Amino acid sequence: MRQRSLPGFGASLGVTLVWLVGLVLLPLLALLLRPWELGPLGVWRSLAEPRVLAALRLSFLGALAASAAMLPLGLLVAWVLVRYRFPGRRLLDGVVDLPFALPTAVAGLALTALYAPNGWLGEPLAALGLKVAYTPLGVGLAMAFVGLPFIVRTVEPVLRDLPLEAEEAAATLGASRAQVIRRVVLPALAPALLAGFAMASARAIGEYGSVIFIAGNMPMVSEIAPLLIVVRLEQFDYAGAAAVGLAMLALSFLLLLALNLATRFWRRA
Amino acid sequence: MTPRPAIAEPRWARIVLCVLALVLLGLFLVLPLAAVFTEALRRGWGPVWQALSDPDAIAAIELTLLVAAIAVPVNTIGGVAGAWCIAKFDFPGRALLLALIELPFSVSPVISGLVWVLLFGAHGWFGPWLQAHDLQIVFALPGLVLATLFVTFPFVARTLIPLMQEQGRSAEEAAATLGASGWQTFFRVTLPEIRWALLSGVLLCNARAMGEFGAVSVVSGHVRGETNTMPLHIEILYNEYQFVGAFAVAALLALLALVTLAAKALLERGGPRGSLAA
Amino acid sequence: MSLELRGLSRRFDNAQALRDIALQVDGGEFVALLGPSGSGKTTLLRILAGLDFPDQGEVRIDGQDMAQVPARHRRIGFVFQHYALFRHMTVFENVAFGLRVRPRASRPPEAEIAARVRRLLERMQIAELERRLPEQISGGQRQRVALARALAIEPRLLLLDEPFGALDAEVRKGLRHWLRALHVELGLTSLFVTHDQDEAMELADRVAVMQAGRIVQFDTPARILDQPANGFVAGFIGQAQRFAGRLTSQELIFEGLPLAPLPRALLLGEAAAGAGQGPAEAFVRTHEWQATPGPGNAVLRSARAAGGRVQAVFAVGPALIEAEIPPGLLEPGETCQLDPLTARVFLADTPFATG
Repeated sequence: MRQRSLPGFGASLGVTLVWLVGLVLLPLLALLLRPWELGPLGVWRSLAEPRVLAALRLSFLGALAASAAMLPLGLLVAWVLVRYRFPGRRLLDGVVDLPFALPTAVAGLALTALYAPNGWLGEPLAALGLKVAYTPLGVGLAMAFVGLPFIVRTVEPVLRDLPLEAEEAAATLGASRAQVIRRVVLPALAPALLAGFAMASARAIGEYGSVIFIAGNMPMVSEIAPLLIVVRLEQFDYAGAAAVGLAMLALSFLLLLALNLATRFWRRA
Repeated sequence: MTPRPAIAEPRWARIVLCVLALVLLGLFLVLPLAAVFTEALRRGWGPVWQALSDPDAIAAIELTLLVAAIAVPVNTIGGVAGAWCIAKFDFPGRALLLALIELPFSVSPVISGLVWVLLFGAHGWFGPWLQAHDLQIVFALPGLVLATLFVTFPFVARTLIPLMQEQGRSAEEAAATLGASGWQTFFRVTLPEIRWALLSGVLLCNARAMGEFGAVSVVSGHVRGETNTMPLHIEILYNEYQFVGAFAVAALLALLALVTLAAKALLERGGPRGSLAA
Repeated sequence: MSLELRGLSRRFDNAQALRDIALQVDGGEFVALLGPSGSGKTTLLRILAGLDFPDQGEVRIDGQDMAQVPARHRRIGFVFQHYALFRHMTVFENVAFGLRVRPRASRPPEAEIAARVRRLLERMQIAELERRLPEQISGGQRQRVALARALAIEPRLLLLDEPFGALDAEVRKGLRHWLRALHVELGLTSLFVTHDQDEAMELADRVAVMQAGRIVQFDTPARILDQPANGFVAGFIGQAQRFAGRLTSQELIFEGLPLAPLPRALLLGEAAAGAGQGPAEAFVRTHEWQATPGPGNAVLRSARAAGGRVQAVFAVGPALIEAEIPPGLLEPGETCQLDPLTARVFLADTPFATG
């Protein structure tokens, strides 16, 4: 091996590999291998149960819908944070990270209290005929809550680095402000929005703590895939639990891959 | 900032957008937080104090602190080592190593607990061996620590790597030409440059370690007073309809989150800018 | 202190950075490594300092092979292009660093360290800055701090990577004279990297001209200017314009231009050494032209006064030629006969021809 100008390469790489293999790769290997104790057909049967399919569908579609719904709000918040100076801006900046920092169980409890039929927001919403807590809508709400900061924090740096000259150039060429935003700003932000959407979705798919309090966890209706893993573990069905886990990872991976390809396509187009 | 009148939105539009952002985030993010404290204090401070001084609650707090006290240093050392070799050296597989270090972020917390059960649970790969030797990992402290290690794995490395890459190697190389040893270089040159980012990474790691729910829920076994951390204690109290108690413990954890956020904001202002982007 | 390099080669993933470098530097010499960017100058400097390592070849300092000596034990002062000052340390702490990290046995007492640092800062004329942080001082001052820091370890060899590269032109000129004076005063063997020929010619005792990973000429500034080793050096050094030509047994013929052929007796470079015949490249400097007013081959396009002479641009056939003429000789638009007085000529198949 070549000599290196700075010391500590071997030692730091060694520590890193032990840390990584022992704490992440070995455990994930178990997840990768254990489902197959059931045999390929067994894995298929274990996943094809209607209850499993319903849970996977809820976790994925819920996450995608919740993240998509947060795109406008995320963009709005990133925009005012970068472009405007106003009283409370710093506070707003800190508040964005709240879902990152708040323990998920606390978030779940709080959302439930707020949106329960007798809660501060749940009561007026119920009066409008909108039931949030203990329905799939509640699941989506919790997912949106944990996903929002990913969108804001991905869009924000890109927006900050956008050269204002490009917008001024567009203005000198006769574009109205709305045209500038639609034709110059938004296309430049699109890849970041997509990346933020991907990260928010990935987080929401696996989310557990924030969701289970508000979900009500009715099988086939408001039961998420991670909860199903817990249920199967409680029945000592390790392979079945691992099968659900592996399916979640595989689907997340495919989703991220698709979004990644879409981003690339977008950049080229 | 230079005024940019040509591309500024009209004043009314700016005001509307700012107010909209403040109101929506207030409703969506701040109101839940307010609900926690309101619910906890619904019947005054007495019940809160009672809930927090309950032996099971104290045991949960102690266990949470213990788990974090083990997991955070381990991931700090690993994270610093990982950041050092990724940021300061070129080697084949560097990008892969970075991706693998960040991997736990994209894994569901429940899966982060599940993997340890698959290894060390009663029917896990090493379960029978552990049983034969009367060792317990899952449903005991080691399991809680391992699950916490997994979910908090990337925090420190991820905070440090972009900053250390941006700083480059020349300061370390200068130290080498001036005769400094590896440790001297690290402690006198590198560490002072990254201390605020490191502290921020450790704080985030700690906040997650203390607040983690899904992963520890899977490996805990939920034995009151023994394997219940604070987030798990919240769930138990809630399921037993002890709402004030549940919200009291939740409020304590929420305070931890607020302190962490405030410290992080402070560090971002004191430390190098742009280094701590989430 | 003497420095000797033999057969040094270094390959990066997709580029050969150094090819078979040999160099011998005597004690007390001030040597410039001059070349365009990407020619391997900095790589060579980093290998000397122990910050990079050759694939082949050896570095000897006072006869000792450096292959197994890590950077921290080489006692080679290195001034980085962007100074690489420790940002969290004051100027004083930066300069003291190399002394403070010595093993206890060889570390001077703190009072002596302080005295040495202050002496150095005074010599660098920045004594009043000792409590400042690097971000609080100017670029030129940072340069002096970096130099003081490198000198504090009493190096046997001083290496400077583009020492003036990050400074503006005004500061550059001042520092240049100061650095030359300092070198004379210290008598330290020094190598510096630059892509600026004026800098190299003005400062160095000897200049190593580098091209594509090789040292193509290593000589005194005067001889490099007078007798460039090949077409690359001739084109890179001095303000020379390149022409395609053909060398016959008697003369140099300029291809495609209405310029009179130059007899062999007037030629410099390879041709002067009696090299063969064939396609060649010729280099003529701006002061090596003679303009005779009247009808002829050239029209004056534009003229610009420059210190007693006039920098003129002539249209000669399809080409524009830059030449110096005396003031008042011609007005733009007037014709004249333009003749080269001499040319440095190299045959086109010379190994390093720029083509």
